[in-house]
Amino acid sequence: MAKEVKLMKGNEAIAHAAIRYGCDGYFGYPITPQSEIMETLMEESPWETTGMVVLQAESEVAAINMVYGGAGCGKAVMTSSSSPGVSLKQEGISYMAGAELPGLIVNVMRGGPGLGTIQPSQADYFQTTKGGGHGDYRLITLAPASVQEMADFVKLGFDLSFKYCNPAIILADGIIGQMMEKVVLPDFQPRRTEEEIRKQCPWAALGKPSERKRNVITSLELDSAEMEKNNIRFQKKYKQIEENEVRYEEINCEDADYLIVAFGSSARICQKTIEIAAGEGVKIGLLRPITLWPFPSKPIKALSEKVKGILCMELNAGQMIEDVKLAVECKIAVEHYGRLGGIVPDPAEVWDAMKNKLNISAGKESTGLNGNLNTLSSEQINDAVSNLNTMVP
Amino acid sequence: MDLKEIIKPENIVYAKPRLMNDNPMHYCPGCSHGVVHKLIAEVVEEMGMEDKTIGVSPVGCAVFAYNYIDIDWIEAAHGRAPAIASAVKRLSPDKMVFTYQGDGDLAAIGTAETIHSANRGENIVIVFVNNAIYGMTGGQMAPTTLEGMKTATCPHGRDVKLNGYPLKISNLIAQLDGACYVTRQSVETAAAIRKAKKALRKAFENSMNKKGTSLVEFVSTCSSGWKMSPDQANKWMQVHMFEKYPLGDLKDI
Repeated sequence: MAKEVKLMKGNEAIAHAAIRYGCDGYFGYPITPQSEIMETLMEESPWETTGMVVLQAESEVAAINMVYGGAGCGKAVMTSSSSPGVSLKQEGISYMAGAELPGLIVNVMRGGPGLGTIQPSQADYFQTTKGGGHGDYRLITLAPASVQEMADFVKLGFDLSFKYCNPAIILADGIIGQMMEKVVLPDFQPRRTEEEIRKQCPWAALGKPSERKRNVITSLELDSAEMEKNNIRFQKKYKQIEENEVRYEEINCEDADYLIVAFGSSARICQKTIEIAAGEGVKIGLLRPITLWPFPSKPIKALSEKVKGILCMELNAGQMIEDVKLAVECKIAVEHYGRLGGIVPDPAEVWDAMKNKLNISAGKESTGLNGNLNTLSSEQINDAVSNLNTMVP
Repeated sequence: MDLKEIIKPENIVYAKPRLMNDNPMHYCPGCSHGVVHKLIAEVVEEMGMEDKTIGVSPVGCAVFAYNYIDIDWIEAAHGRAPAIASAVKRLSPDKMVFTYQGDGDLAAIGTAETIHSANRGENIVIVFVNNAIYGMTGGQMAPTTLEGMKTATCPHGRDVKLNGYPLKISNLIAQLDGACYVTRQSVETAAAIRKAKKALRKAFENSMNKKGTSLVEFVSTCSSGWKMSPDQANKWMQVHMFEKYPLGDLKDI
C-alpha cells in the first residue's frame, strides 16, 4: 500500500507522530515557536482514540515533573518547549537522568539568552549536550533536519530512551518547527498495556504486588560510596550509548577537499552551499550529526585526514565547533561561521565566509555533484521566518 | 491465667500495620511524621489498596517516607510532588495516588504546583505536615512559621515586616473549585489520632470516587527544630499553632 504523503509543519508532525507512536502522555506549557505541538494534540483529542493523556501544565517546571512522574510509572511520556522554557525544565531533566527514567523532551530552539527572540537559533547546543542541569549526566540528543525527521525521531527518541532508561531530546529549531514539508507519518502502534509495561519496566512504580519488593523512583542516595557506584553505572551506560548510538549523515564526502559540519536547519542550508561551491569547482562534503550526543567524533576524525579544512556552520557563536576540534585533535583548520539572535544565513553567505576563513580559491569550472541534495529553498526558510514574524512570544 | 492463653489473635487490640516495615525511622523523638505514616499505612491497608497505591514523597524530613511504608513510591524534586501525582493519576486512573509534603515543600517552593493541582481537581490526596519549620535542613524559617517564632533564619523571631505573614495555605486551597475536602488535623493525642485517621480515610475515598482534590493538613510539632522536649512541643503546639491554624474541616463537599 502506498504511504500517504501529507504536508505539514514540523511541530504538527511531532504531535501526530506522538499519537501514532502510542505515547501515553504529553505535558506542556505554551511557548513560541512550538505551541503547535500542544495545539495539534488538543485538536486531535487522542484521549478519545488511543487513550493518550494531554495536559496543559501551569509551568514548564510542572510539565517536566509530570513527565518525571509518568516515566516513573514506566509510561511513554513527553514534553516540548522552546529555549527559555527548556531552561526551566533542567531541574526535572537532571532528576530523570539521576533516577534513570526514559522520556522524550522536544526543544524547538529560539534565540537567547534570556527572553531573546522567537526567531530560530541553535544556541542551546551546550545546554543540551554538556549537561544543562546539575550533576554528571548525558541527554541522548537527536537533531532533525526535516519535517520527516521531526516525525521519525519521536519513535527513535522514545525507543532509545527506553532502551537505556535515560531521557532523550529532540533538538530542533524554529525553522524545522515552523516550515512545511512533505511527510510520511509513521504507522499507528497501540499503547502498551499495564501488563506489558510491568514486563518491560519491572522498576516502574505502578502499585506493588505482594510478590515483589516495593519500587522506589528516586535519585537520592546519601551514602557517598553508593552514590559513587550509581555515577559509575551511569558513566558505563553513557559509554555504551557512545559506542552504539552515533548517527550521522555524510553528503558528498567522498573525494571532498573541504568539509562542512552542520546539524539541523544549518545542515539544510549548507546543502545549498556545497552546490554553489561545486559550481565554482570546489568539492565540499557535508557531515550532518544526527545525534549531537553521542557526537560523531570518529567519522569526523576520519574525514579530517582527507580534507584541507573544516567549517562548522551553526546558528550560534560557536558551540559544536568545540566537539569538532576535539574530534580532529586540532590537527587541521576548523573554523566557525554562524549568525546570532535569530538571523538565518544565506547559503551563498556561508560559502563566502568559508572561502575567506579557510583561504579557498575558487575557480569557475563546475565539479558537478553526486546524488540529489535535499536542500532547503530560501522560500521555505523565508516562509518559516515570516511565519514567526507574525507571532508573539 | 496463663499468659499464653491471653496471646491469641482474637485478643489483639493493637498491631503495627502490615504496610509499615521494620526499618528504623530517622525521625526525631516526638516527631509527628511517624504517626502520620502509620495512619496512611492503616488506611491504605484497610481499603485493600496496597497493590494500587503510589505515594509521592517530598524533599524535606519525609524524603525517606519510601523507606517505611511498603508501597511503590516516586521521590519528587522539592515542591513538585503534586505535579508528579497529577500525571501518575491521569495516566492510571485506577491507582490511588497521594503526595506527602511538608510546609516548605508545599507552601513555599511548590506553591504553584499545589494550587494548580487542586484547582484542576486532580483526584489525588495531598497529605500536608505543617510543623512551621524546615526540619531537614536544620530549622530554618518556613512559610508557616508563626509571628515572633525563632528559627535559624529568623533568630530574632519572625518579623512580618521583614518576612511576611504565616501562610494559611489550606484556607487558600479551600477556596478552589477543584478541592473537595480540606481539613486540618493533629496527632498529639489518641483522640486526635482517631479523628485524623477518619479524615485521611475520607480523603482517600474521595480520590477514588473522583470527587477532586483532598488536602489533609496535620498541624505538627518539630521538637528538634523548636528546641523543646516532645511533651513541651505538643503543649506549645496546642497553645500557639492551633491559634493560628485551628483544627477542623475547612471544606467538605
